[in-house]
Amino acid sequence: MAINELQSARKPPTTQIGAILWLRTNLFSSWINGLLTFASLYLLFISIPPLLDWMFLSANFNFGTVNILGFDIKFSEVMADNDSCGKEAACWPFIFEKIYMFIYGFYPREEVWRPDVFYGLTALLILIVRLVKNYKYKNRVILSMIVTYPIVSYILIAGGFGLLPVVETHQWGGLLLTLIIASVGIIISFPIGVVLALGRQSDLRVIKLFSTLFIEFIRAVPLITILFMASFVLPLFLESGTNFDKLLRALIGIALFQAAYFAEVVRGGLQAIPKGQYEAADAVGLSYFQKNALIILPQALKISIPNIVGSSISLFKDTTLVLIIGLMDMLAMVNMTSQDIYWLGRETEGYVFVTIVFWVILYSMSRYSRKLEIRFNTENKD
Amino acid sequence: METENNNKPNIIEISELNKWYGDFHALKNINMSVKEGEIIVVCGPSGSGKSTLIRCVNFLEKFQEGNIVVSGTELTDDAQKIRKIRSEVAMVFQHFNLFPHLTIVDNLTLAPIWVHNETKEEAREKALKFLERVDIKEQAEKYPNQLSGGQQQRVAIARSLCTSPKIMLFDEPTSALDPEMISEVLDVMVELAKGGITMICVTHEMGFARKMANRIIFMDEGQIVEENDPINFFKNPESDRLQLFLSQILTHDE
Repeated sequence: MAINELQSARKPPTTQIGAILWLRTNLFSSWINGLLTFASLYLLFISIPPLLDWMFLSANFNFGTVNILGFDIKFSEVMADNDSCGKEAACWPFIFEKIYMFIYGFYPREEVWRPDVFYGLTALLILIVRLVKNYKYKNRVILSMIVTYPIVSYILIAGGFGLLPVVETHQWGGLLLTLIIASVGIIISFPIGVVLALGRQSDLRVIKLFSTLFIEFIRAVPLITILFMASFVLPLFLESGTNFDKLLRALIGIALFQAAYFAEVVRGGLQAIPKGQYEAADAVGLSYFQKNALIILPQALKISIPNIVGSSISLFKDTTLVLIIGLMDMLAMVNMTSQDIYWLGRETEGYVFVTIVFWVILYSMSRYSRKLEIRFNTENKD
Repeated sequence: METENNNKPNIIEISELNKWYGDFHALKNINMSVKEGEIIVVCGPSGSGKSTLIRCVNFLEKFQEGNIVVSGTELTDDAQKIRKIRSEVAMVFQHFNLFPHLTIVDNLTLAPIWVHNETKEEAREKALKFLERVDIKEQAEKYPNQLSGGQQQRVAIARSLCTSPKIMLFDEPTSALDPEMISEVLDVMVELAKGGITMICVTHEMGFARKMANRIIFMDEGQIVEENDPINFFKNPESDRLQLFLSQILTHDE
C-alpha cells in the first residue's frame, strides 16, 4: 500500500469579493428582496431629511450667552422665546431653559450640588468599572462600592441623619428620579430574584411552591396594576395615619415586580448548567450554600448576562409608568414643562430630548453587556 | 494481593440494598463489602445498575431500602453525615465534571479550602504536587476547556486526590475519551492502585481489571451475578450471562 506524505495546509479557494457581489448577496438576492430594498430606501428618503431638518438645519439654537466652565459662549444676542422660534422646526431653547427640571425635578436649587455629586460619583463608578484592567483591584472596588455607594447616595440625595438638610421625596424628579427608581429597583430585586430562582429549583416543597406562586402571580399582572396596588391599595391595609412614603411604596412594588422577572432569567441560566456540575460539587462535599455560591451561580449568572441586562433595560423603560401614580420622573417632566404658559406646545422637543437621553443610557448598557459576554467567553474557551 | 487484605477491616458494607427509579427496580438486594485497600472492578452491560451502585456509596443517588456503612458511618438523610462521608470518598466521573469557570489549580483547591478548611497556600502547594503526579503541572493556570479529554480526566483524578480520600470511586473514567487518551488515564489509575488506596471502578477496561483488581464484580439487571478474583473471573466464568458478556467484549481484545 502506498504511503502518502503529509500534506501542508492550503488556504480555501478565494471567492470573488467586491461591492457588487456584496450588494447582490445582501440586498438584491431575489426580486422580492430587491423590491424591499427599494421600499426601505424610499422610506428612509421621505423620513430622514425632514427629521434632520427639524432637529438641526431649521432648528433654533439661540440660547443667548451661556457660561460653560467659566467661559462665556455667545449663541445669540438674546435667548429665543416660544414665539420667535416658530412652529415648523425644533425650539431647543425650551429644553435649555427647562433643563434643570429635566435633570433635577423640583430639587431645591441651593442644594443642587448634592445631585451633582451623586451624578459625578455614578460617572466615576462607571469609569472605574470600564477602565480599570486589574481585575483583583477592580473587584475589590466594586465590592466595596456595592455597600457604600447606595448609602452615600441616599444620604446625599435625601439628607437627614443630622448631616444634610432633608429634601423630601416629592421634590425629587426628572432624570434623578428615573435613575434612582431604576437603579434601586434593579439592585434590590436582583438578590431577591436569585433567591426566588433557587427556591423554585429547591427540593423543599413549601419553598418551591411559594417561589413558583409568587413568580407566576407577579408575572401575570401588569406593572401598572402593581404600582396602583402599592400606591393606593397598600395604604388601605395599613393603620390610618401611618405615613408611608409614596416613592418608597412604588420602589417596593417595582422591586417585587422585577424580582419575579430576574428569577425567571436566572432560572433559565440554572437550567443550562449540566447535572454533572451539581454532582461534582456534591461529591467533593460542598454544602448547599457553597455549591450554589461557588459553582452553580457563577456559571448560571454568566450565561444569563444578556437576559439580565435585557430585563434591566425593560425595567429602566418601565420606570416611566410611575407618572401615573404622581411621581415626576423625566418623562412626566415633559408634560409638566410643556404646560408652561410661555412654552405651550413644545412637548415634541421634550419627548425627543427624553428619547435621546434614554437611548444613550440604554444603548450603553446593552453595549456593555455584549462586552461582558465576550470577556467571559474568552475566559472559558479558545 | 488477596491474602494481604484478608485481615483488613471492611471499609464499605452494603447490605440488602434496593433502589427504584419510579417503578423501575434498578438495584436488587445488593450485598457486598469492600476491605481497606481493595481494588474492585464492577462491570456489566449498560443499564445493569453498576453506576447506580457506586453513586449510592456517596449518596449521589438516594436508595429506598437497605443500608450502606462507609468507614463506620451509616448513610442516612442527615446532611452532616453525608458531607462527612463525601469528604472521605472521592469520585471521578465519566464526563470529568471539572468546573469550567475556574482554573485547573482552583478546581483542585476548592474542596480543600471550603470543605477541609485548609489555607490557600497549603491547598495550592498540595494541588501542584498532585498535578505533578498526574504529569500536568504546566497546565495549572489554564481553564478546563483548554485541555484535552485525557488531560481533563487526569485533572479530575488529581482534584479528587486533593482531599486525601480513603476511598475512590471511578464511574467509567475512560468511556468518554478518545482511544489515544485512554492509556494516559489508566496509567494514573494503576499508579493509584499500587499506592494502596481503596478503589471501586466501574469500567470496561478489562486489561486494567485483569492486572490490578482484587475482585471483579459482574452485574446484570440490577443484581450482582457473579464475583471472583481476576484469574477465575476470566478463566472460569460460572454463569451463562457472564460467559456471553466476556465473549462479546473480549473478541476484539485477544
